[in-house]
Amino acid sequence: MPVNPEIQGRQYPPTEPYLVGREKVREFARAVQATHPEHHDVEAARAAGHADVIAPPTFPIVIQELTLQQLLGDESAGVDFSRVVHGDQRFTATRPIVAGDELTAQLTVTSVKSLGGNDMVTSESVITDASGAHVVTATSSLVVRGEQ
Amino acid sequence: MGEVQQGVNGAPATAAGMDGASPAGPGLESPMLDALAQLEVGQVVAERDIAFTRDSLVRYAGASGDFNPIHYRDDVAAAVGLPGVLAHGMLTMGAAVQPVVDWAGPARIRDYQVRFTRPVVVDPAAGAVLHVVAKVGQLGEGTARIDLTVSFDERTVLGKAQVVVATDR
Repeated sequence: MPVNPEIQGRQYPPTEPYLVGREKVREFARAVQATHPEHHDVEAARAAGHADVIAPPTFPIVIQELTLQQLLGDESAGVDFSRVVHGDQRFTATRPIVAGDELTAQLTVTSVKSLGGNDMVTSESVITDASGAHVVTATSSLVVRGEQ
Repeated sequence: MGEVQQGVNGAPATAAGMDGASPAGPGLESPMLDALAQLEVGQVVAERDIAFTRDSLVRYAGASGDFNPIHYRDDVAAAVGLPGVLAHGMLTMGAAVQPVVDWAGPARIRDYQVRFTRPVVVDPAAGAVLHVVAKVGQLGEGTARIDLTVSFDERTVLGKAQVVVATDR
């Protein structure tokens, strides 16, 4: 089943709040070989003006993933996960994610294009904190390979 | 920014006094701000080798929640026609920015984008080694765009890998 072109502009409901844990930040930092003290050491983070340890720049993927599951789980969208390849990724931040943040994400499908038998679905997940303020926007392009 | 930088050249002792835009001045503990104010396009700001092993992939799977078996099972990778078990694209993206994070400080990273152009095959015994070069691509108002060249086996694996770093705080 090809991607449904009508999902362009479709917006999914905001995800349930995700509470960013200090140990999760440290675990993710270790996994991406992020050794800067502000990711691990609370005192170093506070000395730099943060309330707690801050997450690496690509950590928002963990919260964005919850929104991509909404898109992939939407049968009417026709995005077949078994044929999806990650094309592009971008994070545009207002501020770093800090341990203790309670984050909500909302995905909008910004474009659907067909290129040489493949479909490219671009989506934007806006991540906000408990006060509703913008933290980071995560943008992904997924290439859905056509059936041969 | 450019004008301040030129004015300061060769006269670092007067730099703080001339910086009327920030009354507190860069302060004694901000050699980084001075360095950021003097960047030049083409300058290499960081360079590093990054090693992945199969353990790295399992660790990233757990930390990120991406348990796609092509990142840890040779039989599944082969069954879908891949040359071997691949590093998660997001692991490559996440690790490749670390030289810039260590250089500028993590809170200065404003924007980071990549295009995944070539997979990184991680050998079960030898692993894989990426080479990252981070170079100033463009200078803006209070920001610098750092361009990453990320290569594996002499070929680049990320396209348009760009990091925007705040240079004004």
